Amino acid sequence: MSLTSNATLETFQERIDQGEYIEPKDVFPDEYRKHLIRQMSQHAHSEVIGMQPEGNWITRAPSLRAKQILLAKIQDEGGHGLYLYSAAETLGISRSEMINQLQTGKAKYSSIFNYPTLNWADIGAIGWLVDGAAIVNQVSLQRTSYGPYSRAMVRICKEESFHQRQGYEIMTKMMRGTNEQQKMAQDAMNRWWWPSLMMFGPHDSNSPNSGNAFKWKIKRESNDVLRQKFIDKTIPQALLIGLTIPDKDYKLNEKTGHYEIGKINWEEFNNVINGNGPCNKQRINHHIKYHNEGAWVREAALAYSKKQK
Amino acid sequence: MEKNNLYKYIIRLADNALILGQRLSENCSKGPFLEEDLAQTNIALDYIGRAQVLFNYAAKLNNNNQTEDDLAYRRDEIDYLNFLLVEQANQDFAYIIARQFYYSAFDCLLYNELTKSKDETLASIAKKSIKESNYHLTHTIDWVIRLGNGTDESKHRLQNAIDALWTYTGEMFEQDEIDLNLSKNNIAPNALDFKANWLNTISTTLKNATLKLPENSFMMFGGRNGKHTENLGHILSEMQYLQRAYPNATW
Repeated sequence: MSLTSNATLETFQERIDQGEYIEPKDVFPDEYRKHLIRQMSQHAHSEVIGMQPEGNWITRAPSLRAKQILLAKIQDEGGHGLYLYSAAETLGISRSEMINQLQTGKAKYSSIFNYPTLNWADIGAIGWLVDGAAIVNQVSLQRTSYGPYSRAMVRICKEESFHQRQGYEIMTKMMRGTNEQQKMAQDAMNRWWWPSLMMFGPHDSNSPNSGNAFKWKIKRESNDVLRQKFIDKTIPQALLIGLTIPDKDYKLNEKTGHYEIGKINWEEFNNVINGNGPCNKQRINHHIKYHNEGAWVREAALAYSKKQK
Repeated sequence: MEKNNLYKYIIRLADNALILGQRLSENCSKGPFLEEDLAQTNIALDYIGRAQVLFNYAAKLNNNNQTEDDLAYRRDEIDYLNFLLVEQANQDFAYIIARQFYYSAFDCLLYNELTKSKDETLASIAKKSIKESNYHLTHTIDWVIRLGNGTDESKHRLQNAIDALWTYTGEMFEQDEIDLNLSKNNIAPNALDFKANWLNTISTTLKNATLKLPENSFMMFGGRNGKHTENLGHILSEMQYLQRAYPNATW
């Protein structure tokens, strides 16, 4: 329910300030609802679109074990998409509306999935870097103010940590393997490192929309704080298995204990967000193609269920 | 001799699981809606898991230091012994369902019999597999009924697929010396013993789906002896790519 009288708004903000969770039947401002729909549907779409770059390697997974792990992982991602669509539906939007927004470009998904998976180590890099970056963000979102979103995050975080570990295991195996495998692993590192850092979004100094998100405790920590957590956690893992950080300027600041990195290429980030990444069109076209090809199946299921009534 | 028979029998079981699992895994992110996408991926995962256990057993029987992955990834096309049915392409959702329907109806009956095998390893693999097999069949029958009674288009598409794949069903009941020898020793069933049962599941379900049982009686054989359709070469060249390109790598 979304009422906007001043008295109601004050109660809403008081509840947020006291750390209470907001539930679907509670009163909250329309802007809060809109903000959540945008963020949660984007999150759900990211899980679903993310199935494509990983799915690209299922049929070529190099061992029976690797194939099963990858299948199970992609299944988890699709399942996360389902929880998140359901959680977003509590805000009064249907899954088909959300899918329509995705396919018409009105809703976005994480830009990271507009990069291609070119060798097997990319599957490792996605688990280790991309899911690793996502976890840092999602752990923080477990305390987000909207109850259904927060609970979806708690479930999702449990599975994501398994994804991150299996990704790192692939990278480790490849760095211990043949020269060709090491070359693949370093190549994947070179291509995925910077886009993973961009997943956290613009620098805080350049992040205009986070005011309300903080006030309403939808967002709990800033882009730069989360990015730094990821950097500090990941650089030692990379060095441990012999990967080179593709950044000539990175260094450990002995005083702060934090790693400092070179400049992020925001021009590339903006290009990908604006539709000019290597796979933007491919990802959406794939989604539309199979959604359309499946139309007759959905129609049949609907027709059948109507006949049963 | 007996060990060779068992080895070949296990390879046939494993190859059916592997190739059907591989085919289903091609569909990931291509389902008609998200829940069904996940259901198909889940079935694929069951088959790959089953293939792994069976190849592992076959490798032990062979006792020549081969691993389950060597068997899954390093053989030539002619050495794969799966049914022609399971290598047929995912033309559309109706083909996927029709293929699964024919196979799962068979697979449930087979694995149910295998739970009683005198070979303890095989019996224990079958006990684990049969639960999955039952789920696959239930899920698939639901779709056959839904599509048959859905719209004109779904009915037409499924009937087409049912008709097109029928010719590959005879092979499931072909019995050669290996099968006869193993059934004589109570290690594996004679598939002919449950053929009527299979046909009953198929014809009852098709009737409930208002679809026709195919009349064409010409049956294609060959997969069980390594003589495949053109499909398998493409499946293998994709599946085996990394193992073949980097033979010294471990993954």
